[in-house]
Amino acid sequence: MPTVSVGRDRFFVALGRTYTQEEFEVLCFEFGIELDDVTTEKAIIRKEKHLEDDDGEVDGDDGEVIYKIEVAANRYDLLCLEGLARALRIFTGTEATPMYKISCIPRDSMLQMYVKPQTSQIRPFVVCAVLRGVTFDEARYNSFIDLQDKLHQNICRKRTLVAIGTHDLDTLKGPFSYEALPPQEINFVPLKQEESFRADKLMEFYKSDMKLKKFLHIIENSPVYPVIYDSNRTVLSLPPIINGAHSAITLKTRNVFIECTATDLTKAKIVLNTMVTMFSEYCENKFEVEPVEVVSHDGSKTIYPDLSCYKMEVSLSEVVGPIGISLDETQLQAESCPSKGEPRISVSVPPTRSDILHARDLVEDVAIAYGYNNVPKSKPKCMTIGGRQPLNRFSDKLRAEVARAGYMEVLTFTLCSREENFDMLNRTQDVNKAVIIANPRTSEFEVVRTSLMSCLLKTLKHNIDHPRPIKIFEVGDVVTLDGSRDVGASNNRRLAALYCNKQSGFEEIMGLVDRIVNVVRAPHVKFGQNYYVPTNEPEFFPKRQCKIVMSDGKQIGYLGIVHAEVLRKFGIPDPCTFVEIDVEALL
Amino acid sequence: MKTAAKNKWIGFEKGNKDLVLRKVDTIKDDLQEQLKRLENGEVLSDKVIDDLKRRKLITKEKSIWYALKKGPQFVAKRKKLATDVTQEHLRSGDWKDLEFKDYNFGAQGQPIAIGYVQPLLEVVREEIQNIFLQMGFTEMPTNNYVESSFWNFDALFQPQQHPARDSHDTFFLEAPAATKQLPEDYLEKVKEVHQRGGYGSKGYGYDWKRDEAEKNLLRTHTTAVSTRMLYKLAQEKPFAPKRYYSIDRVFRNEAVDRTHLAEFHQIEGLICDYGLTLGDLIGVLEDFFSSLGMSKLRFKPAYNPYTEPSMEIFSYHEGLKKWVEVGNSGMFRPEMLLPMGLPEGVNVIAWGLSLERPTMILYGIDNIRDLFGPKVDFNLIKSNPLCRLGLQ
Repeated sequence: MPTVSVGRDRFFVALGRTYTQEEFEVLCFEFGIELDDVTTEKAIIRKEKHLEDDDGEVDGDDGEVIYKIEVAANRYDLLCLEGLARALRIFTGTEATPMYKISCIPRDSMLQMYVKPQTSQIRPFVVCAVLRGVTFDEARYNSFIDLQDKLHQNICRKRTLVAIGTHDLDTLKGPFSYEALPPQEINFVPLKQEESFRADKLMEFYKSDMKLKKFLHIIENSPVYPVIYDSNRTVLSLPPIINGAHSAITLKTRNVFIECTATDLTKAKIVLNTMVTMFSEYCENKFEVEPVEVVSHDGSKTIYPDLSCYKMEVSLSEVVGPIGISLDETQLQAESCPSKGEPRISVSVPPTRSDILHARDLVEDVAIAYGYNNVPKSKPKCMTIGGRQPLNRFSDKLRAEVARAGYMEVLTFTLCSREENFDMLNRTQDVNKAVIIANPRTSEFEVVRTSLMSCLLKTLKHNIDHPRPIKIFEVGDVVTLDGSRDVGASNNRRLAALYCNKQSGFEEIMGLVDRIVNVVRAPHVKFGQNYYVPTNEPEFFPKRQCKIVMSDGKQIGYLGIVHAEVLRKFGIPDPCTFVEIDVEALL
Repeated sequence: MKTAAKNKWIGFEKGNKDLVLRKVDTIKDDLQEQLKRLENGEVLSDKVIDDLKRRKLITKEKSIWYALKKGPQFVAKRKKLATDVTQEHLRSGDWKDLEFKDYNFGAQGQPIAIGYVQPLLEVVREEIQNIFLQMGFTEMPTNNYVESSFWNFDALFQPQQHPARDSHDTFFLEAPAATKQLPEDYLEKVKEVHQRGGYGSKGYGYDWKRDEAEKNLLRTHTTAVSTRMLYKLAQEKPFAPKRYYSIDRVFRNEAVDRTHLAEFHQIEGLICDYGLTLGDLIGVLEDFFSSLGMSKLRFKPAYNPYTEPSMEIFSYHEGLKKWVEVGNSGMFRPEMLLPMGLPEGVNVIAWGLSLERPTMILYGIDNIRDLFGPKVDFNLIKSNPLCRLGLQ
């Protein structure tokens, strides 16, 4: 969930009243956001520099109080102070949803952006808009920059899907062109630099830039880089990396040109709409945005931004029914539609609310406005009968049986390292049966276990000073590749037990197996007289190991005295016997 | 003689010390008297005693005497006190005459060799399972850790660019890397609803990619299983309402710390029927959580790609004196249910929470690795009290 930092006092001015922290938290809870932290500018800087809090220092000395507010991940309109305050004013009923307008200018005087065909190789879409007569001050300017950062982090997926460039329009001359050129042909002075760079050299230069280096991969290996020029061939930006220094916006900028280049047109439109609806608040004509015509290489022309409302016509019951309340259309302050039967309403979704996809989203907004905690509780009427999964019920019976036999249950992780699951058990050839993680964070999460053996040995190692005998067990799933399943792998429920003492406990474990064989017998689960058949596996001592077979010859488990090499690798000084049984074969 | 002279019993002639003269007729010998009195056991003053001791006429000696007489339990033959009842006592019948030695109840009993079930997660799991069963829920088959992105995300109307689908949140697989088989008809509907919408939805308006849906992963939530179950249910005609639950492992590619694990248990419950409402969800949640001892609940609007409305569940914690988040809930989106083929008007209300969190709160444990994983402490397993959930 994204977090937005706003200066408390400025925020309260925007809300039109002050709140105690407690009151504000109540408001947040009802609206569905969260006051995550209350801090100050200086405290944040101290934290960044890893300085200790000076004890006894009061907040008053630290400047403005900052509220860190967590907002829903699909509400891009809440990512800045302006939008957050506006949404809360609308929620508390102190303000109506504003009407966002496109300024009426003749088509021939409209700014244009020409899109060159090569851009389709790398970043095919661009959408633009102009904010006229903006008044910035330091706080507004910072919020404007922060919103771009927040959008880049969230909906823009770290600039891969959309990148925003904002420019001082008075330094530029339209029409503009969006091109894709070989990096050697692009030269410009980038933001915060004084000399001109060739684009490929610039990429090299930014490899040591902490902030920008993580975006380089988006275009680095492309033969052409996207670039935006004005009619004087001034570079506006090299998206999605950096803007040009020439058109940089300042506190004095009055007219802002916004371009969003993208690989996803829907998101580019949302991002552009978010930028202009939030900051048109500071325009000379409040909430009015000047359009830009984007001319595609095939000649088609589109005017951006599209600030029209999304119209939804729905029946009243569709909106209040799923909540379980009854309201009439007058209580909803909605526009009624002429209809014969059921009352219907027409809803205009403003361009700020890209999260509204379906009538069900209206349901949520109505429920929030009504108050979740005011909704009368009821009980589902359907009669159903409960029941367990047979395998899980059976596993629980076996768990109880093994615990009754004096073993202590442990619960271990399914993920382990390759080394533990294979090499340390001398089972090197089993690797091709295992599920392997493609992106493990650490070596602890390389493979999904194919047996419980390493898990129990690890657990024993961590409790090695415990009085002997140590008798532990686990019932859990292992996973192996399985071509017969849609996903190519399947779980298998296993029961494993480990005995550790001054002697190996081989007979103890056999006694446990005898007990299990005895209790699982059923007409379809048959064991002959000799269900132990000798084996020769590397994880056990020779001649002190065997498999467990049913009367039809099917192997359902194995046991043995753990090999000294294996014990050494796990750091266990005393002899151990291990058994593992396939629970599903006994069901 | 010195003393006699000092006491003036005798005298000496001047000039001739060899001649002793008697000076008194009778004498009173105090010393002799004192010694006699001591011999008779009389007590003399300390000063006298000290004087006699100094003159080495007496020495100190200590003796102890006992006076023996018959007590109330006097018997002629000595009797042994019993410490235990033996087989011999019962067989011979002499238990009638047994007399027990006093027992030291300050001592502990002998340690017993017994087995233990995992007393925390497994026991709490069992209690929560009981609550579900009492409420008429059927367990879902969750023994499939490997899942495709399709069932884990796409079928839940979770867009392909959603942050949860990033590799730093999800374990993707090298083997088996991709799913070979997906239900084609259904896949087309899912693709359509993502790209262009339908069923009354605008959709997300992006280019949906099959490759992305085929990528295998370790399931990030058991809702992947719920989705498969609902799809299966949608194919059964006529429709029958269901209540499903599961408690099983899920996997997140997260950094491990005292409260986070890369794998943990998710508890999930859902009800599928015509006309279910948010009010029904609130009613069911109150039943469920009050069985867990959390009767004071409130709900906060939240965001989740596959539920709408979505509610975070908060419970008032008497010990911490504050509201704590205990789970998430919501109604599944029509964009998820309708492509499956569930009838129009059927709603699904669902909720989920982790098993670890309530267990940690219940037992006051602050490090999750004490409960789960190889670093569990055997002594903790051995010493934990019974779970009293459901006994109130």
